[in-house]
Amino acid sequence: MPAVQETVDQVRSLDVDQYKYGFFTEIETEKAPKGLNEDTVRFISAKKNEPEWMLEWRLEAFRRWLTMREPDWARVSYPPIDYQDLYYYSAPKRPSELSIDDIDPEILATYEKLGIPLRERDALLGIASGGTKVAVDAVFDSVSVATTFKEELSKAGVIFMPISEAVREYPELVKKYLGSVVPVTDNYFATLNSAVFSDGSFVYVPKGVRCPMELSTYFRINERNTGQFERTLIIADAGAYVSYLEGCTAPMRDENQLHAAVVELVALDDAEIKYSTVQNWYPGDKDGKGGIFNFVTKRGDCRGDRSKISWTQVETGSAITWKYPSCILRGDNSQGEFYSIAISNGRQQVDSGTKMIHLGKNTSSRIISKGIAAGYSDNTYRGLVTAHRKATGARNFTNCDSLLIGDKCGAHTVPYIESKNSSAQFEHEATTSKISDDQLFYCRQRGLDPEEATALIVNGFVKDVLQQLPMEFAVEAQKLIAVSLEGSVG
Amino acid sequence: MNADIRPIRTQAEQAILASLATVPGGGDRLADLRRAAARSFEENGLPHRRVEEWKYTDLRSLMREAVPVAGTAAIAEADARARLLRGVEARRIVIANGAVVPELSDLADLEEGLSLTTFAAAMAAGDEVLSRIGGIVPSRYDASLALNTALARDGVVITIAPGAAIARPVHVAHVFASGTAAAMYARSLVVVGAGASFTYAESFEGPDGLAYQANAATEFVVGDGAHLDVVRLQEEGASAFHLSTLLFDVGRESKVHAFTFGLGAAVARTTLYATLSGEDSHVGFNGATLLKGRQHADSTLFLDHQVPGCESRELFKTVLDDSARGVFQGKIVVRQAAQKTDGRMMSRALVLGDEAEMDNKPELEIFADDVQCGHGATCGAIDDELLFYLRARGIPRKEAQSLLVQAFVGEAVETVEHDGLREALVERAEAWLAARA
Repeated sequence: MPAVQETVDQVRSLDVDQYKYGFFTEIETEKAPKGLNEDTVRFISAKKNEPEWMLEWRLEAFRRWLTMREPDWARVSYPPIDYQDLYYYSAPKRPSELSIDDIDPEILATYEKLGIPLRERDALLGIASGGTKVAVDAVFDSVSVATTFKEELSKAGVIFMPISEAVREYPELVKKYLGSVVPVTDNYFATLNSAVFSDGSFVYVPKGVRCPMELSTYFRINERNTGQFERTLIIADAGAYVSYLEGCTAPMRDENQLHAAVVELVALDDAEIKYSTVQNWYPGDKDGKGGIFNFVTKRGDCRGDRSKISWTQVETGSAITWKYPSCILRGDNSQGEFYSIAISNGRQQVDSGTKMIHLGKNTSSRIISKGIAAGYSDNTYRGLVTAHRKATGARNFTNCDSLLIGDKCGAHTVPYIESKNSSAQFEHEATTSKISDDQLFYCRQRGLDPEEATALIVNGFVKDVLQQLPMEFAVEAQKLIAVSLEGSVG
Repeated sequence: MNADIRPIRTQAEQAILASLATVPGGGDRLADLRRAAARSFEENGLPHRRVEEWKYTDLRSLMREAVPVAGTAAIAEADARARLLRGVEARRIVIANGAVVPELSDLADLEEGLSLTTFAAAMAAGDEVLSRIGGIVPSRYDASLALNTALARDGVVITIAPGAAIARPVHVAHVFASGTAAAMYARSLVVVGAGASFTYAESFEGPDGLAYQANAATEFVVGDGAHLDVVRLQEEGASAFHLSTLLFDVGRESKVHAFTFGLGAAVARTTLYATLSGEDSHVGFNGATLLKGRQHADSTLFLDHQVPGCESRELFKTVLDDSARGVFQGKIVVRQAAQKTDGRMMSRALVLGDEAEMDNKPELEIFADDVQCGHGATCGAIDDELLFYLRARGIPRKEAQSLLVQAFVGEAVETVEHDGLREALVERAEAWLAARA
């Protein structure tokens, strides 16, 4: 991704706001009327040409949402969100479903600027320069604007399309799995999402198929005052394997924007899903003005025996992060993994972690979490590991380390470890420390300036997690960490 | 999920409120404290699982009914029942049903530098030292402490003069001595002067089969450069309800060690608050809990590092047999000013019973950057390989298990410095294991 390198170098010279995706694309859009009521839900459903059952599902969620209260247990504080002051649907005006050439050139240019080639031939050029092939579903505000390599994927039997299309084309699959991992009533934000989600990706990998390429969704919030509510559903049938990447950015704005996504993963017998996220929403400026409120529910269900779900996340963006990618280890001998790097700087507040719920026999899980707090930020790891009565032989290993850079920030660890049977074996360790002076001295003695030295040490600190990322993501994530911590030293 | 919780008073809450109505008035600070505590209970009631600090010990559902406040105990009965730590060479004070029994207590011939009186006497005399009561205020409402503050009428008040080294421990034996279930409350205060050293032991016991309720709170004010050792043995009766609070205010360059050993009660909760308000101190809070049957025990710790350069160490061991439930919650807070803090917390649980449950919640809340803090939590069954090693040497399974449990608990018990007290605790652990085999 050469564009990334270019921008990295560019922002390095900037003083304060290092966010490199903060531009706004002027484009004609179509929006739902401001505010949220049943008509908004009907409007979105109608826009998507949804069948009656989908609309009912949404309305039920909406009515439920009206009775719920916003959760307040997380260690984040933010001004109340006015849910009536948001646009729940915003789409570029020009139709984009026919072919890549019909996409508004402005949007194509936007994605190019972000380093995401939507034209397959451009993507293929990437191969020539050594990268691997990645199929991309690009979501711009409320709609998916392009999905690449669809044909090649369908040859392998893999379904990869915007979820709004899947609702129409594969209603049986959607009906069977949508809301089966994160129920409509799960939590405030998930229920809201169920009512108003506009787009997202749908992936189905059939029995025994190893998905021939990495799948990826790139989310971009562009419009002002618009909430993004995407919904992702990934199903790996028996023996299937899929690796999925998610990236996100938004323009720099003074007001806060809401992002409330739901991701559901289902792994059947012997299937494996690897889900990687590089979250780089606009974090707000140095005084904490603006930025994305990120309230996300991500959950994977290891429904089949010997299945495996692995979450990897690099969180550098968002003003508020409230996110707990979890695994329900239902199948016997299933495995769950969670690798996370959460970096907060400026006035960011992160409350993130995972849940590993052991239900099946001989299930195992592993949690590696690295939190880095700088500036005036607060960074909390909150996690739950639980083994039920029948989850004999459950095993968990948790390691969460926090690093503090500066004395105005906070790092917190709140793990819950609940074992309800004697054969479960849980180990948990957590540490908090600062970058050691010895290490810094060692690096500086060798001619690195303090910022470079810090970046190097931090990269060492997070390497366990970076290793879990697919190649090209790892490279980007590494650079992101350096950028994100800029200005935090000295 | 977020529906409002209606404040319907449970039967227990209503009964407690009736006892609270008897909290006396009066114009002094202590009276104000007591009335404020009573009011906070009226407002908040018993905590339930939605109250974070009581998530795993839902008092509202566990404490089905409250019993009336206990009357005065018969001296002979109190004497007969107070068995714990009797063999230890110590100055012994007996508190039966929440009141000091002078006939059974060693209140005379005090060593130089040691002053010892009863809480009731200190209150009657308007003793200046009582101004230290309520020095540590938990950041959140704590029902157990609030009830104690409001309802306790007696306990001991100990002051160690600056520089005094009191070699002989003071042992406060709490005992429930009555034929019917009742509630007892005791409040004690220990003030250790600058540079003094002191060992304080307390024990709790009562008859099996009686659903009595014990609530005790002890406050420790530790002066600069002082050295305090606290040893605590809880072996309440099998149907008892035990709530207790330990509060420590630690001055600079002092050294504080506390060991809590829990074996008894149907439901037990011990909350420990420590505020490190003087620089360069060292604190060690350790504990062991051995549970069987359907016992429930909760050890909760709040450690507040307010100043730079302190070191804290915690090691808690829990052994769970049958379908017992163990809870450990530990929170280390490091304030922005508390640079160079070194804090380590460890909770280990050994699960013997198939139905047993362990809930661990170690927390770190850190606002200073130049610190070293860590916590660990483990939970699992006895290592098969260790068992195999011993059995290969001809040791029968049960015995091998006992040896391993002993070694597991031993690591924590060994931190007790006083030889006599440590041996007494080891003996109690052995008795527990012998009863199991």
